[in-house]
Order: sequence, then structure tokens, then C-alpha cells
Amino acid sequence: MSSYTYNNVYLKDYYTLTSKLEKDGNLKQIDYVMEDYYFKAKTFEQSEIKMQQFVIDKILSRFNKNIDYIIGGDLTNQIAVTSYSVSKYPIPFLGLYGACSTFNESLIIAANMISKKLAKNILTITSSHALNAEKQFRYPVEYGAPKPERATITATGAVSTIVSDEPSHLKVTSGTIGKIVDYGITDVFNMGAVMAPAAADTLVKHLTELKKSINDYDLILTGDLGAVGSQIFKELLKPYNITLKKHIDAGEILYKKEQNLSSGSSGPATMPLVLFTKILKEKKYKKILLLATGALHCPTLVNQKLSIPAICHAVSLEVI
Amino acid sequence: MKKEEYKKLVKKYTPKDNKFENALIAFVSGGVVGILGVFIYQILTMFEIGEKTSTIWTVIILVLIASFLTSMCIFDKWVTKFRCGLIVPITGFAHSVTSSAMDYKQDGLITGLGANIFKLAGSVIIYGVISAYVLTLLAVIFHV
Repeated sequence: MSSYTYNNVYLKDYYTLTSKLEKDGNLKQIDYVMEDYYFKAKTFEQSEIKMQQFVIDKILSRFNKNIDYIIGGDLTNQIAVTSYSVSKYPIPFLGLYGACSTFNESLIIAANMISKKLAKNILTITSSHALNAEKQFRYPVEYGAPKPERATITATGAVSTIVSDEPSHLKVTSGTIGKIVDYGITDVFNMGAVMAPAAADTLVKHLTELKKSINDYDLILTGDLGAVGSQIFKELLKPYNITLKKHIDAGEILYKKEQNLSSGSSGPATMPLVLFTKILKEKKYKKILLLATGALHCPTLVNQKLSIPAICHAVSLEVI
Repeated sequence: MKKEEYKKLVKKYTPKDNKFENALIAFVSGGVVGILGVFIYQILTMFEIGEKTSTIWTVIILVLIASFLTSMCIFDKWVTKFRCGLIVPITGFAHSVTSSAMDYKQDGLITGLGANIFKLAGSVIIYGVISAYVLTLLAVIFHV
């Protein structure tokens, strides 16, 4: 069993920050939009540190109780951005790397600690920066390497939440920790195909272990499968007789079609950004299952001809 | 599902690149760079500096133009649009060196810029030198 149900875990507050590119997309009420990618820092790495500190400062300023832990991560090597940004706060810290699944990973750990009464209030943080990801995983930023239609663009943004045992309008009801799935894909431009089997695997596991039906949820929100990955995901669910009543892929809808950004958005910030600034603002769905997928891509090992492993963690939310 | 089966499924849903369109764009945009090169060369020959020197100066001027446009954050947008038409000529080589330098200039002159400036161009240089060496060797052996 790697699925858990929670009775006393709530999402108390959240704060979102993005760049202008995301604001021009489909996101509705972003808390703060950066002027440019530098955010008044000297380098993009330092800019991402500032982005994280900005959202943490903002969320702490409107929460007057003690924070027990900070849990979170980002895409950079050694999750350096998160470690540096959190060093500003005298709060115990757990750093995570789950690529684009980091948000759900942090929620599950926080929810487990709170439901076992090991903590009362936990702050989660996750971020991604398009140009840091480009520099680290792909080509130099100014190279402007052409991308095929199946590729996704890393979203720029930072999201912080407070997970608490105090009731709020957003309840964390359950979580499933996924396992690593590797179907032998080596195409670094096709992350949707890398992650789709992990999403399907975790969804099936979540439903069987918690004895739930897919119709118990109003919405299945996947992280960043993109247009290509979403189609494969649905195809993979067919043998299990699972038909998705309502499925939205955060990566697919973050940007507008006319922005012409290939297969959509990716990055750890993608799913929380779409969830908090679009899905929840629309107030259309009550029971939401978040499937955050992460491609655990390492350029060195891909160059050594190894395939890309993927993971997906599930968290269900209920709007009260 | 087996890995082989999955690869077939992925192939089914992955949009195919329009190779003909890409090749056409590269042909036209690369051609424009070529015309620009000839244009510069023709102007240089007016100064009567000799064919060889004119060629060298043409290359230098193209490299300079590309590097300048890269540093002004213009060339990357063109590369995204015109692809190999700009990457394959000498302009692409200059662009790859300048963009790497810009990426790493904040990481220190030795550990950052110096160590990474040929990140992309390094392969071009090393295999360019090796193939030049092999071809020259063949030319010497067969007295071409």
C-alpha cells in the first residue's frame, strides 16, 4: 500500500508568481507577475532564488502561526535554488527532487506528517525558470535551438502553499506515491511520451488501492503531459476500462494556442500554477485528482544511451 | 505493455516534422546568407586586396554580424524560425560560440566563459581539424 487517506489536512493558503509569458496564456488571477526573467537579480539562477523567496515572504506575511517545516524543490542541479532560497529562513527543511512531480511529492509528505500529528503547519515551495532549464538540460539560452512540435517549454513561476491541520475551503483527501516507470524512451523532446505510462500506472494504483472509481472525481488534472502525452495517456488507460470523464492537462492549457509554443508547458510550476490560477478560480470542479508527472531526465545518462525514467504522484483535493 | 509495443504507440501519436518544409526554409534562408556572403565578397574585391584575402574578410564579417546579432538577442529568434539555414553556414558557428559565452559569462572568466565557450562549437572544431588532416593526407598520398 502506498496510498493514504487524510481527514485533517487542508491547503490553507497559496501564492503564485509567473513571468509575462504565462500571464499572456490562460492563467487568470496570478498573485504577482515578474517584469522580466532577471527579476532584478544578476543571473537567472539568482533570479529563481529571488522568485522563491518572494513567494515565501508573501505567504508568511499573511500567516501568523509557526511553520514547522519547509518542503520543496526545483529543477536545478542539487536543487540549489531551493536550498539557497530557504537558507534565509530558520525553519527545518526537506529538499525534494521529483522533476515536475515535486509539487505533489511535497504535498504527500506534508499531508502524511500532519495527519500523523507530527506537524501542524508545513510550507511547500516549488519553482521553475524557463532559461535555467534551457541552460541546464538543453542549449545555451541565446542559441534559440529550434524545437519540434512534440516538445514542451518549461514554465517560469514559483508557487508556495501552506498545508495545515486548520480547516479551510480546500481539503487534501488522499495521496498515492507512484513508482518509477521506464518504457525505454530516449527522445528528450518527447517528455509527454516518457511520462504518460507513469501517469497511467499511478492512476490505476490510486483507484485500486483506495477502492475508488474514476467517476468519483469531477476532474483529472495531469501535470505536463502536453498534447502528445495526453493522447498516449488515454490510450494506455483503455485496457483497464478507464474512460476519463473530464481530463485537463495543465501543460496543454497553460499557454494559448496562438502563442505557438509547441506541445505546451512543462516544469514543476506548471501544475500548481494552472490549479491555483485557473482551475480553482473557475469554481467548476469539487473533487479534483492531481496527477503530477515528472521525467527524471539526466542529460549525462541520456548521452550514455540510457532511457529516461518517469514518475507520477497522485493527490486528491476537495473544494469545501 | 512491452517496450516495443509502446514505441509503436508513441510513434502513432507523435506529430511528424514536415521535413520538406524544413528543408525548403533552410534552402531559402541559407541561400540568403550565401547571397549576403557573395555581396560582401564583391564589395571587398573592389579594394583589390586579392581573392584569398577577400574570402577571409568575408568570413570574418559574416562571423561579426552573426555574433553581434546574437549579443543583441536577435539571432536566436531567427535561428528558431529559419533553423538550419542559419545554423549550417559560418553564421551558426559564430552564434553557437557567442551564445555559450553569454550563458557562462557570470560563472567566471576561466571556470565559466573559458571552459564553456566551445560547448557546442567544440565538436565542429575537433572533427573539422581531423577531417582536414585526413583529407590532406589522402591528397598527399594520391598526389591530387
